[in-house]
Amino acid sequence: MAKSWKDWEKPVLELDETIRKLQAIVDKETDPERKTELSERVQDYMRRRDAYLETRYSRLGPWEKVLIARAETRPYTLDYINALCEDFVELEGDRRFAADHAIVGGPALMDGRRVMVVGHQKGRNIQERSYRNFGMAKPEGYRKAIRLFEMAERFRMPVITFVDTPAADPGVESESRGISEAIAAAMLSMFELTVPTVSTVIGEGGSGGAIGIAVANHVMMQEHAVYSVIPPEGCAAILWRAAEKGAQAAAALQLTSDSALKFGLVEEVLPEPFGGAHRDPLEAAQTVGRAIMASLERQDKLSGAELKAERAARFRRMGAYAESAVAAVLAES
Amino acid sequence: MPFGKASSGVAPGAFLPCSNCRKTIFAAEFEANLRVCPYCGHHHRLTWQQRVDVVFDEGSFVELDTDLRSGDPLHFPDYAEKHAQAMQRTKMRDSVVSGRATLMGMPVSTAISDFHFMGGSMGSVAGEKITRAIERGAHEGIPAIVFCASGGARMQEGLLSLMQMAKTTAAVEACRSAGVPYIAVFTDPTMAGVLASYASIADVIVSEPRALIGFAGARVSKQAQVSKVPDDFQTAEFLLSHGMLDKIIERKNLRTNLASLCRLLGGHLAAVEATRG
Repeated sequence: MAKSWKDWEKPVLELDETIRKLQAIVDKETDPERKTELSERVQDYMRRRDAYLETRYSRLGPWEKVLIARAETRPYTLDYINALCEDFVELEGDRRFAADHAIVGGPALMDGRRVMVVGHQKGRNIQERSYRNFGMAKPEGYRKAIRLFEMAERFRMPVITFVDTPAADPGVESESRGISEAIAAAMLSMFELTVPTVSTVIGEGGSGGAIGIAVANHVMMQEHAVYSVIPPEGCAAILWRAAEKGAQAAAALQLTSDSALKFGLVEEVLPEPFGGAHRDPLEAAQTVGRAIMASLERQDKLSGAELKAERAARFRRMGAYAESAVAAVLAES
Repeated sequence: MPFGKASSGVAPGAFLPCSNCRKTIFAAEFEANLRVCPYCGHHHRLTWQQRVDVVFDEGSFVELDTDLRSGDPLHFPDYAEKHAQAMQRTKMRDSVVSGRATLMGMPVSTAISDFHFMGGSMGSVAGEKITRAIERGAHEGIPAIVFCASGGARMQEGLLSLMQMAKTTAAVEACRSAGVPYIAVFTDPTMAGVLASYASIADVIVSEPRALIGFAGARVSKQAQVSKVPDDFQTAEFLLSHGMLDKIIERKNLRTNLASLCRLLGGHLAAVEATRG
């Protein structure tokens, strides 16, 4: 079982490094003949790298997707906001208890439109991770989100959320301040909105912490993102008393984007750049941005009441069950 | 109030140890005391039938949504077997029973989750029944009362189970819009995905004493390396002192307290008004 996405990206990173060094030599080379020869070698390395990436990324297993979804080089919410918004004013207060840095949000201008953006935020190095609490929001984070949702409703701004959290914070403090209530209230708040809503799972869609800000009319997942009822390690710990069987649990949970699409739980899977969103964050952002705008355009045609009803109906139909007296009799016999 | 029609097969005259204080209790006394230990006051878990007997008017409960059958959409390892065994053992079809009943004459819509069926976990069927029970309250203008007893979302149905959190929340929204009171009763245990959805956004939340209530399960918490845990952490008393609960109610008082709440909060509803004697 792979422990990190670096396990299979190591050859890629090495090739990247070789290509970079060789390219530097090419740039300095003055002899035209030698320059052409070296350029060809660079091209050859690039082909080899791309071929590897193509085969590798077209057959990623569920566990490998979990690792990519967690990769620290993967673009995070603020990267998407920076790439997609011309203007963004982060608002930090929950007006209740504390500032939570695991959820960020505020009004923004996206493709010329006023929107309210809310998303989980992770950190890349030790300091950032601790500051962002590993992207695990406390009750304050969800209460800040609610405040922003309500403001969006007042000022008629579409709500755009980015989902990227391993889970909500499970600590004693969070329990004391009602993390469960905060998540439930955030979902309830989204159901009350009469403005367009779009949610995108950009990395880890970790259980309650994720759905708390993912109650939208249009829900999308990036190709290599995952969305799960429980972290695979937690599932393995409960089912098999063995957290190290995470890979097995990831397969059983079917937490990949194609499964979510198959079960009708997301509307759209957004293709990622060649080799994953982290290899070309800008292209990844443009794909996400286009999909958000397309959905807003569709939702603009609906009235507030219609938007609210559509959102409720979207979740209302979710579930896998049979219902008929005949099926009941058969099942019991 | 007769109690124990559908309770454990313990013969009258027999006795059993309290699972909390280990003292020996006479079975007849245990049943008469609504399965609350007469020595330590521990509220033992109830089956859904026992819950119906404790709370609602005798013979008033009518089960609905009885044709709902669970699927195994993910073909999750061992799920079909576990589910079949649970059905056989409990004579239930899934972890939640929904229906209509009267409470001191007042009509109510209810859903009762039973921990004995796969830990009361919420998959598609449980989510659907809870949703319908709350919606029924909203549509018919009768108070909705949901009894929680669950370890959380059912992981064997994957993301579909997570979506039940949102679905049940949508039903609560409908109930709020309709101006119909929705009461959640937390019983041992009320955890995770259930706590973080319909349970925590009820108009009124009451709990039985000492019930285990929390977001993160013990084993998951351990994974997250949660440290320094207070003695009463994740108990009803802990939640009450932190403002997350409205009231802790002993089992013997549940019926009258719920009736008062329904009458006071639902007094504007025709169906409740009509029963005022």
